[in-house]
Amino acid sequence: MKTIWILAEARNGRILPVAEELAGAARQLASTVEAVGWGGAEAVDFATLGTYDVSRVFRVGDLGDSLVGPRVAAAVGEMLESHPKPDAILVGATYDGRDVAARLSAKIDVPVLTNVIDLNEIDDALVSTHAVFGGTVNATARFTGSGPGIFVVRPKSFERGDTGGAAAEVVDIVAADPGPSDGARVVSRHVLTQDGPSLDSAEVVVAGGRGLGSKENYRLIEELAHLVHGAPGASRAIVDAGWVPYSHQVGQTGKTVKPEVYLAFGISGATQHLVGMKDAKHIIAVDRDPSAPIFRVADLGVVGDLAQVLPKLIEALRARGSHESTN
Amino acid sequence: MNVAVCVKQIPSAETPLAFDPTSKTLVRTGPLVLDESDSFSVEMALRLVEQSGGGDVTLISVVPDGETQGLRTALAMGAARAVLVSDPLLSGLDALGTAKVLAAMVRRLDADLVLAGTESSDGYTGTVPVQMAELLNYPAVSFVRHVEISGDHLVTERQTEEGFEEVTCPLPAVVSVTAGVVEVRYPSFKGIMAAKSKPVEVLTVADLGLEADSLGIAGARQEVIALEQAELRPSGEIITDSGDAFETIVERLVSWNIISEHQ
Ligand SMILES: Cc1cc2nc3c(=O)[nH]c(=O)nc-3n(C[C@H](O)[C@H](O)[C@H](O)COP(=O)(O)OP(=O)(O)OC[C@H]3O[C@@H](n4cnc5c(N)ncnc54)[C@H](O)[C@@H]3O)c2cc1C
Ligand SMILES: Cc1cc2nc3c(=O)[nH]c(=O)nc-3n(C[C@H](O)[C@H](O)[C@H](O)COP(=O)(O)OP(=O)(O)OC[C@H]3O[C@@H](n4cnc5c(N)ncnc54)[C@H](O)[C@@H]3O)c2cc1C
Repeated sequence: MKTIWILAEARNGRILPVAEELAGAARQLASTVEAVGWGGAEAVDFATLGTYDVSRVFRVGDLGDSLVGPRVAAAVGEMLESHPKPDAILVGATYDGRDVAARLSAKIDVPVLTNVIDLNEIDDALVSTHAVFGGTVNATARFTGSGPGIFVVRPKSFERGDTGGAAAEVVDIVAADPGPSDGARVVSRHVLTQDGPSLDSAEVVVAGGRGLGSKENYRLIEELAHLVHGAPGASRAIVDAGWVPYSHQVGQTGKTVKPEVYLAFGISGATQHLVGMKDAKHIIAVDRDPSAPIFRVADLGVVGDLAQVLPKLIEALRARGSHESTN
Repeated sequence: MNVAVCVKQIPSAETPLAFDPTSKTLVRTGPLVLDESDSFSVEMALRLVEQSGGGDVTLISVVPDGETQGLRTALAMGAARAVLVSDPLLSGLDALGTAKVLAAMVRRLDADLVLAGTESSDGYTGTVPVQMAELLNYPAVSFVRHVEISGDHLVTERQTEEGFEEVTCPLPAVVSVTAGVVEVRYPSFKGIMAAKSKPVEVLTVADLGLEADSLGIAGARQEVIALEQAELRPSGEIITDSGDAFETIVERLVSWNIISEHQ
């Protein structure tokens, strides 16, 4: 039976959903799931990963002002020498996750398989499915060399599936100083706060693109989002243009969202955008170009000028006094 | 300050992406162009060199087939020279193999800083820059949106999921630059003419003292088993707005229980 290690990233004292999703995936494929986490003992309660059937968590400790990549990769590298090797290591496709995967890959001389959206066992080998070409093509791949294979998994690819398992054992590990590769120092951390639900978890996402025409018009997106208790999102074009902060970006380089409803206004639907939202339960798109690729994924497509549709929609919702939800 | 910039040359956006059905690697026919993702780091490198008051920019690129068109674009922007590793052996190379070749190229240069894009437009593993940093035993700052030089180190802003962090970094270092964070200059006519005579050194894998076996050539360490068209969502209803499309949107939001039915 297989053993899989997962990277358990936490932020602000909370284990990230993607780490729990990795546990959910690993549990289907392995008899033993263990995790590697970091952060001080008081900061994060890693034992709770037991509810996702993680039996043991190796805790690297507080990283201070180090970046995550070098320290955590060094620790995992050392553990691979002193423990029975797992069959695979699953890492979430977050910024820090990618750094850890990349450093670990070079350190142990094993390639990475990235943009993974599914994992299955075929003939005793782990086979990964990848969203390539912006999610239009699914490729399946596997490692052929000696492992453990490193899989970098896109958030929201797996169910977390709480099993109510017993608390995981937490083991502190001490890793050697990685040396010059750990030279960078985090001087300060800045959180751009925003009212309302977060883009990652909102039931409704209202996103705007270049078709808005100006930064000022993004206020309409925010207003509509507010009216439907949703989060405002954006295409990269308007993030690049400086209209909205990067944390609003949906897509390949931005966030992956899976809301009940995704509303896109003036977003053409480039493959790199679609990969971040095409798994929404329902999609509504408004674009004046009938051939915009966004219409290929929309449940309801409105060909029209958003400068007409958006204000009327806001007006209608305001009139309904719909600033209260159904249930 | 001397800056090396990793630039990937990829099929232009007009060439539809396609896979070779037997090798299952990307088909690279037609001319390759500078990956737009890398134009931002070229721009940033030129600015850093200008600010530091000396030094220059060297481009480094890995291709199987000797292509230099993408390099010429970046040379026209103002880079001083380019080094290209071109070898048919490199066809189907994975990200770690690419990082190994790039790291070997950096070792031959006298660069204070190595810039790269955060992810390429075609393969987008987003791992090459940090794999390269690890092979060089350099610090790395990834997903950077702003860089300044302050004495003997860099002051950077690194994007995070919820904002950004300020990170300082000693040199030499690898920095991966997020797309869109600087306005990229257009090559001037003079720049385009000058680029034609700028040096492009072409090396093979053997010139770098690397063994093909250690690079993980196509299928040696990971393989693509199959390619399938992703399942498409069933097509929906498309309407043309004639002034009342907003009502249809409201109806849908009601039917999906996003807003309540009553007025
Ligand atoms: C490596 C890489 C990563 C990327 N990552 C991302 C990512 O994470 N997220 C992302 O979004 N993009 C990403 N991109 C960029 C992507 O390729 C597109 O360039 C981008 O999504 C386009 O944004 P847009 O749809 O807002 O703009 P456009 O493509 O310019 O579309 C604007 C749309 O607005 C419509 N329009 C104009 N005026 C009106 C009007 N008055 N009323 C109604 N409609 C109107 C137009 O018809 C058009 O369809 C990435 C690209 C690369 C190379
Ligand atoms: C659809 C697709 C999926 C793939 N999936 C995987 C995978 O899961 N794992 C894997 O190991 N390989 C994968 N590959 C192969 C991988 O894309 C190539 O090995 C590529 O040479 C390097 O990876 P990248 O383009 O993903 O680089 P990224 O890490 O996304 O690129 C970041 C930066 O590194 C620099 N860089 C990257 N390549 C070069 C180059 N050739 N020359 C100069 N600078 C460069 C550039 O600055 C670039 O902006 C895939 C390829 C394709 C087409």
